[in-house]
Amino acid sequence: MPAVELRHVTKSFGPRRVLDDLCLTVPRGRSLCILGRSGTGKSVTLKHLIGLVKPDSGRVFVEGEDITEMPIRDLARVRLRIGFLFQNAALFDSISVGENVAFPVRRHTRRAEAEIRAGAQQLLQRVGLGEEYDRMPAELSGGMQKRAGLARALALEPALLLADEPSAGLDPVTAAEIDALLVDLKHQSNTTLVVVTHNIPSARTIGDDLVFLHEGRVLAHGTAHELERSDSPLVREFMRSEGTG
Amino acid sequence: MARTLEFLDTIGRGSRFAFRASHEMFRPPYEARETVRQLFELGCRSVPLIAASGLAVGVVLSMHTRASLARFGAESLIPAGLAIALVRETGPLTAGLLLSGRIGAGIGAELGAMKVTEQIDALEAVAVDPFKYLVVTRVIACVIAVPLLTTVMNFTGMLGGFAAETAVTGMPLGTYFRQAFGAIQFSDLIPATLKTTVFGFIIATVSSYLGMHTTRGTEGVGQASTRSVVLSSIFLIAANVLLVRIIFFFYPA
Repeated sequence: MPAVELRHVTKSFGPRRVLDDLCLTVPRGRSLCILGRSGTGKSVTLKHLIGLVKPDSGRVFVEGEDITEMPIRDLARVRLRIGFLFQNAALFDSISVGENVAFPVRRHTRRAEAEIRAGAQQLLQRVGLGEEYDRMPAELSGGMQKRAGLARALALEPALLLADEPSAGLDPVTAAEIDALLVDLKHQSNTTLVVVTHNIPSARTIGDDLVFLHEGRVLAHGTAHELERSDSPLVREFMRSEGTG
Repeated sequence: MARTLEFLDTIGRGSRFAFRASHEMFRPPYEARETVRQLFELGCRSVPLIAASGLAVGVVLSMHTRASLARFGAESLIPAGLAIALVRETGPLTAGLLLSGRIGAGIGAELGAMKVTEQIDALEAVAVDPFKYLVVTRVIACVIAVPLLTTVMNFTGMLGGFAAETAVTGMPLGTYFRQAFGAIQFSDLIPATLKTTVFGFIIATVSSYLGMHTTRGTEGVGQASTRSVVLSSIFLIAANVLLVRIIFFFYPA
């Protein structure tokens, strides 16, 4: 059973078709990087996988469960197994960075307060923000917010991590650290990763498989090596660009 | 035609939103911690505005009442007249309109900003129902806070009235309040104060709806905030007419 599967998903916003009969499968414990030019539906694809966007047609499966029209309470149960890193981190700006990371744990577990704080502190440490527990999100740089967002996404030890441009806005050293963390996560916890990125070096490091989206469809699918030798000039050019976020 | 349909569509969605809010208020899970936080943010933090406004309204109302009653030589009725005017209408309506400004703008802007920065999506992503967590908590907080703040307005209004009165006649505090409270009946106070729970519901649901449906970035946030104030004030005034009619039906003057 694959970790996630999109079957013939089509999605339009107004007259604009963003996803067009998209089919995608990610086996458990594997990592998939979604590549493509801006506006080709990468983030929308990711949001389908957690039920934040509903397809106009087609089905979405997460660990075998069809979440396409799932009632909100059942969907919440599925979401507990998914971590989501937003493109702009989307930290809750009325609470501190540490409380952001502790938030999902406080909401969904009965752990003691000290344990929750220690867990959040440990996650912040892991993303290089060990000193920032009590700072407010607005006081952090964009890159630091991104890392805090990643810590929050990992708070419930998800079986599936969806990350929207995890290394965008980060310096190359930090970006490489985040990549290493994601790879670690996959190897140590068998976490399935679906990562949207413009960063080709990151995609090479993280992705077992890469898909290249173009006009809402999969234009190429395979390993980095295979994409470099794609029939499509657009894919070959993209892979050569070594573009960073 | 298209605009009319769009308007009717918005009314329909807004009504469903309000119905859902009134329904979800009584369904678990109850977000007690967040509701208390909202009570503090929306309620306690509004006390200075309401108290200061109440004092000013009381002073002005007392001056007008004196000017009117002096013509008939009925100055002794000033405390009673002012108390009845405040408790029955001036206090609830003024508090409601002030709070639709302060609370309505705040909720519209806060939820609007959360919407455009994907914080509402982030709540969903961590398996929290944004409607229960953001909307229902604010509705409950407003339904509780607005009547309490109206009471603060009534009381500070009477204090303002006393200040104006004692400045002119030297009337002692005890005498003033005895005359003022002596004139008020439960049928003046209770229905008029309880109707402000509806004001609280209107302010919270209208501004939450507009905040949760914000689009177009920061410009949209500004619009959500402004519309929250304008629309909640209009709905509040309209509801007041209906509620006063109902109150008069049950408690004829």
